[in-house]
Amino acid sequence: EPSPQRYFSSLEAGRASLAYFSHSGSPGAQPFLEQIESSAEALQDYGISVVKVNCPKEDVSRYCGKENALRKAYLFRGHMLIREFPTDALFDVDSIVASVLFALLFNEVKYIETLTDLQNIEQVLKGKSNMVFAYVPATGTAEHRAVMEAAFVYGTVHQFVLTTEAALLKATGSDDPDVSSAWLLFCHCQKATDPAQPCRRTPLGQPLTLLNIHRHLKLMGAPLVTEVAEDPEKVSTVHLQLGLPLVFILSQKETYEADRRTAEFVAWKLLGKAGVALLARDLVDLNVLHRSNVALKTPDEGMPIQYLVLEDTDEVITLVEDKNKVKQIQEEEEEEEEDEAEKENNNQDIQDDQVVEAVSRDKKRELPLEQILVLTEENFHSSLSSAARTVVLFYASWEAVSLAVLRSYTEVADRLKGTPGVLFSLVNCWDWPGICSQENVTQFPTIRIYKEGKQSVLYDGMWGTEEMSSFIMLSRVSCPLKLATMDEAEGYLRGEFPSELSPYTHTSLLGVFSTATSEARKAFEEAGNILSGHVRMGMYLEDDSMALSQKYSVSPPALLLAQSRAQSVEGITLAKQSTQDLVQMIRHELLDIFPEITVQNLPQYLQLRKPFLILFSAGDISQMENKEEMLKVAKGRAQKTFVASWLNLKKTPVGHGILRTYFATMPSLPVLLWVNLHAGGQVFKFPSEQSITEVNILSWLEKLRAGLETPSSTLSEEDWKPPLPAYDFLQMMDTAMPELPLHNAHPPGNTPAQPLAEIPERDTATQEEPSQDTAAEKVGIPGRDLRGTAPRLAARDKQGKRHSEL
Amino acid sequence: LALILCIGSLCTESSTTFLYHDYCIIGAGPSGLQAAYFLQRAGRDYVVFERSHAPGSFFALYPRHRKLISINKQYTGKSNSEFNLRHDWNSLLSHDRRLLFRRYSRDFFPDADTMVRYLEDFASLLKLQVQYNTAIVHVMLEKNEQAWNGHYFLLTDQDKKSYKCSSLLVATGTWVPNVVNFPGSEYVEGYETVSINPEDFAGQTVLILGRGNSAFETAENILGVTNFIHMVSRSRVRLSWATHYVGDLRAINNGLLDTYQLKSLDGLLEGDLEDLAIIKDKKGKLHITLRFYLENRNISAGIDSITLPQDELDNFATRAPYDRVIRCLGWKFDFSIYNRSLRMMPGKGNIRKYPQIKPSYESRGTRGLFVLGTASHSVDFRKSAGGFIHGFRYTTRAVHRLLENRHHGVPWPSTVYPITQLTNSIVKRVNEASGLYQMFSVLADIILLREHPKTHTTATTGAKYPVGVLAELEMQTGRKAPNGLFIIIMEYGRNFSGADKDVFYYNRAVGEAQHAWQSNFLHPVIYYYKRLPTEREMRLRPPDWPLPRPDAIHHIVEDFLTDWTAPNAHILPLRRFLENCLGTDLRNFFAESCFLFAFTRQKLPPFCWQGYMRMQGLVGSEGLRHHAVQAGLLQDYTLTDSSGDRPPHSHNRAQDQLLRDQVISIRPLQHLVNAKDE
Repeated sequence: EPSPQRYFSSLEAGRASLAYFSHSGSPGAQPFLEQIESSAEALQDYGISVVKVNCPKEDVSRYCGKENALRKAYLFRGHMLIREFPTDALFDVDSIVASVLFALLFNEVKYIETLTDLQNIEQVLKGKSNMVFAYVPATGTAEHRAVMEAAFVYGTVHQFVLTTEAALLKATGSDDPDVSSAWLLFCHCQKATDPAQPCRRTPLGQPLTLLNIHRHLKLMGAPLVTEVAEDPEKVSTVHLQLGLPLVFILSQKETYEADRRTAEFVAWKLLGKAGVALLARDLVDLNVLHRSNVALKTPDEGMPIQYLVLEDTDEVITLVEDKNKVKQIQEEEEEEEEDEAEKENNNQDIQDDQVVEAVSRDKKRELPLEQILVLTEENFHSSLSSAARTVVLFYASWEAVSLAVLRSYTEVADRLKGTPGVLFSLVNCWDWPGICSQENVTQFPTIRIYKEGKQSVLYDGMWGTEEMSSFIMLSRVSCPLKLATMDEAEGYLRGEFPSELSPYTHTSLLGVFSTATSEARKAFEEAGNILSGHVRMGMYLEDDSMALSQKYSVSPPALLLAQSRAQSVEGITLAKQSTQDLVQMIRHELLDIFPEITVQNLPQYLQLRKPFLILFSAGDISQMENKEEMLKVAKGRAQKTFVASWLNLKKTPVGHGILRTYFATMPSLPVLLWVNLHAGGQVFKFPSEQSITEVNILSWLEKLRAGLETPSSTLSEEDWKPPLPAYDFLQMMDTAMPELPLHNAHPPGNTPAQPLAEIPERDTATQEEPSQDTAAEKVGIPGRDLRGTAPRLAARDKQGKRHSEL
Repeated sequence: LALILCIGSLCTESSTTFLYHDYCIIGAGPSGLQAAYFLQRAGRDYVVFERSHAPGSFFALYPRHRKLISINKQYTGKSNSEFNLRHDWNSLLSHDRRLLFRRYSRDFFPDADTMVRYLEDFASLLKLQVQYNTAIVHVMLEKNEQAWNGHYFLLTDQDKKSYKCSSLLVATGTWVPNVVNFPGSEYVEGYETVSINPEDFAGQTVLILGRGNSAFETAENILGVTNFIHMVSRSRVRLSWATHYVGDLRAINNGLLDTYQLKSLDGLLEGDLEDLAIIKDKKGKLHITLRFYLENRNISAGIDSITLPQDELDNFATRAPYDRVIRCLGWKFDFSIYNRSLRMMPGKGNIRKYPQIKPSYESRGTRGLFVLGTASHSVDFRKSAGGFIHGFRYTTRAVHRLLENRHHGVPWPSTVYPITQLTNSIVKRVNEASGLYQMFSVLADIILLREHPKTHTTATTGAKYPVGVLAELEMQTGRKAPNGLFIIIMEYGRNFSGADKDVFYYNRAVGEAQHAWQSNFLHPVIYYYKRLPTEREMRLRPPDWPLPRPDAIHHIVEDFLTDWTAPNAHILPLRRFLENCLGTDLRNFFAESCFLFAFTRQKLPPFCWQGYMRMQGLVGSEGLRHHAVQAGLLQDYTLTDSSGDRPPHSHNRAQDQLLRDQVISIRPLQHLVNAKDE
């Protein structure tokens, strides 16, 4: 604490010092003084002295005189004033050290604000020296201090560049910039020669501390690939000393050049994570498999070197990265195990049913029921007869699945509102069990469509808005629909007649009958009853002209199948089929040859119980050549033995889940798979290097059949066990019961009064029940008890003859 | 076969005076009419004999003070007719909605005349075959190899007219007053004839023998005008709200307890009536003494020579003389009309007022003779409601169903469900079934598993079967239980009910599902057996257990509102129990999940198998699927299009976190559940 004169006279040229001027006893700067005092030691390490100068009262010189000068600290180098700091910028040791070094290292650390600045610096540095680029969210922070301290040491070796601009952070290519944390890149500009390319960068993966920066710079400074010609057990590099693994690429004289390139490639990838050494195995006598090509030495002492046979450089990288991961995972798992042990009993009361949970999360939302009539026991029958078609949803207000369907049902009612002759209604079976049992509703939910209040059709399709709407609309029209004229029949085949149905189905079936063929007609009509709501079926009775059958060159009885999209009509002659066969045939005809598999239609194709040849595509394939090739396969000879299909991942995103289950990593799309869903559950992947053509697919299928391919995956055979245990009340009762006084009804106090010999006389029935009564008598109110007041009577045991009512 | 038999028997007996019916019912009271209703609906040949000119003659006289103590609840806030029967103690079962008791009376405790009117309507509106003014005075058996039970029942009425039946349903109730004999019992007036006009008791001192509802009802009527009333009986008073037995003293009649405990001169005493003696003094006052004193005295010596207890013990409790002694000791079954060959024996101990019957309500002595109604109460005496209309209307139906199966080959009615509906069907039954609720611990719903649990099991449920004859299930119902069974029953807590129990202690109500087995109030219990218990196991079952030890048991936690539909507290633990009994996963899944399983697993959970694979997948609305995703129970693949490398681990963590958060938000609510009861 010298005086101003003494201070200025003591300043040495080239030495930096931080001075703070104060009048003795001025109290306001006290906290600041504390900070600056504690920073003195840190600054000492950098040869910077910290001085508090005591101004005499009368001093009016430059530093002591002005009031506001006293709120500042001054940095001198020699006699030269370098910077003056407002004291509020020096709030703690970190900020003091950072600010002072920042001022002193003005040339060594470049502060930039724009990307152009950065690029300019990079350009200049190329071929000369490396760059350390740091981003700190604010100056004066601990990270800022760490960067400045590192710059003090390495500032002459590397060019340090600092920014506080978040925009720059984004520009330097980190995908997910977290602007609130600091970030440091090592840019290898010294070896960069191409002026067009930016320098290679290696980010510091750890938090910005002086130690981590030091370690990082040290690793960056180490040679990229160390060439080793001695026993790897004895080798030690910077990496091992810093606790990182060392990867050896085992090299031979013949392949040296390639190995060298591999080693460098790997080294770049692993920079900062592991060291890479090239081991010339010709020069070292190694007792390892000849096939081994990689060795891994870990920094842990006593761990033997692992020799491995790897095929890919990626594997080397994952090997190292997983080593780190394994550690992390192990730690996490340990945590988890603890959690699990803890959870074991608590998890049971957590809802794990997706439907129940979803419905209960939605329960507070009021459902839009304006379009739906709520039926009761009073209005049920009258409402049914009030409309041509009454759709009734039977549900239970406590049952999750039916509540889920109710939500879709409201959407259907809203979508179809105003459709003439259709009334939407619902019955809560919890309120009106009578109606539900009368209508034979045993499952929730159930949808029935009543025709003029009389017979009803049970809805048996998917509980989706689309499917329900389509069913309701299709069942408005009789099935099969009798077509009177040729025009109607033609319009029907084009999907234009009846017009209200056109949006709901793309396939039309037309039965063509001559009047003579009544048996086939009857079967067709019955099939129509069964398929009502699912299929568009029409019927045309021809007169003698046979115009329709001639046009499509079929002879009645026949079935015309029109795909409105394909605009083609296919004719099928009907033999003497039973109704069931006809239904089966129609269902089969409705299936596509090369369908797009969706959540909704998969069950139809699964019912064929055939393996699937399925193409997973990222989007629509209608424009792709894959489709043509696949279609050829689908139409080919082999079609009977499998289902050729495709899946649009955009439309059916859950397909990602399927691929993720089959493959550890997402394969490149499109990917063609053979999935044996019904037998063995094996999944085969069409080789990605081959193009998807009919020839390739067929020859691949041949190989599959011959057993020459290995499956990429096999579907789990696991049973659907209970997800969690139930409460074991039986066991709880067993453990708790011994403590419970089960036989407290037999009071021990009563026994001495009963002569032993009399016990057998009592019959078993009284023994159990009235024992409580005797207990009650014994403890009855003294003085009020008749027997208590006549003691001699008490001795007479008359239990056997007691009046049982009392 | 039955038809041929009856024609045959008609032919052979046509020469005699016997009138033949397949079923004869004695008594047109509530249970007789109830049985007639079921027989009529089933189209059976039956007749009901009634000694009076109208149905329900017991109710024409009793209760003397005309107030029924069975509740007639008009409103429950629910429209569910089955549920509402849980709180309707007077209606009989029928399909006719006009015949609900609440349409007859607006009183919570209705007048007995209303019951008479109701029973008249029940018989006439449903056109039941009742033969009035026919008192059956004798019943005997006629051996016949071809008869259903190896014998016919021959009934004779007061006019010596004879009737012949294949099956006899005794619905006579208990109407013979219990009488106790002791010296001086001739001075005792009976409940059945005592005056009901309070004026007649003005300024009198009354002793009432008995401690049932009729005794308290009598006391209640005269409480305000007497000097004081004393009540004496052997056992302590049993309050129905403490014992959970409706036959015990109901709170509506217990005014005397109040005045006794407040020392307002009335009082209760315990003592054996057979030790008593009553002596009338010259002024007509009745003195209580003990039979013991009389035995050694010469009675002819006159009243003064008899020792009274107060001579030796001058503070003897009942030393004050009484003006009247009234006997209110209840009724017993009329055993007198049955021939010895029918072996109609009284029960033992406290059920000696009832005939001995099996848990199937069939007489122990005679095959084909069933006891219905109040007389059948020995099965659940002091336990459940089988002695009362709201109980025996169900047991009568059970008997009818047993008979349908035995004689007509009609198996017990049941419904077949896929296994995915198992949880639902149980939840439905425990929430609305009235028979289970009224006849707790006696009637049960039984679910029989039909196929191997590993495959796609379906279940059959049979409703309201008497658990006492569980071992005979296959024989009695015509249904098989090859793969195990569930039994759904309602129970009170094991140590909760009882005359000396404090039923208001703190924390008596259990709120948490994991402690459900300690529930005290009526709650559903589900027993699981891998095979049908044998008769021996039924006999050796633990005391107080309605059923033998099961392979697994589940209690659904008691509920303040008796509404067991809470997804997490009631349904989830039930599902876990069923899952673990069946060894399968009974969760529901959206179609999308089933789709994923279909492609990635060789086996599917039952819900997907039963629904999705049969084209009945639960597609679910957008909003619901979003909720499921948020809950972490469904994965949203649209977001993760290309980032297949996102570690699935972190996702799970997020899930768990979500779940945990949600649980925390629920906990305080559970606390409320407990507090509500207090």
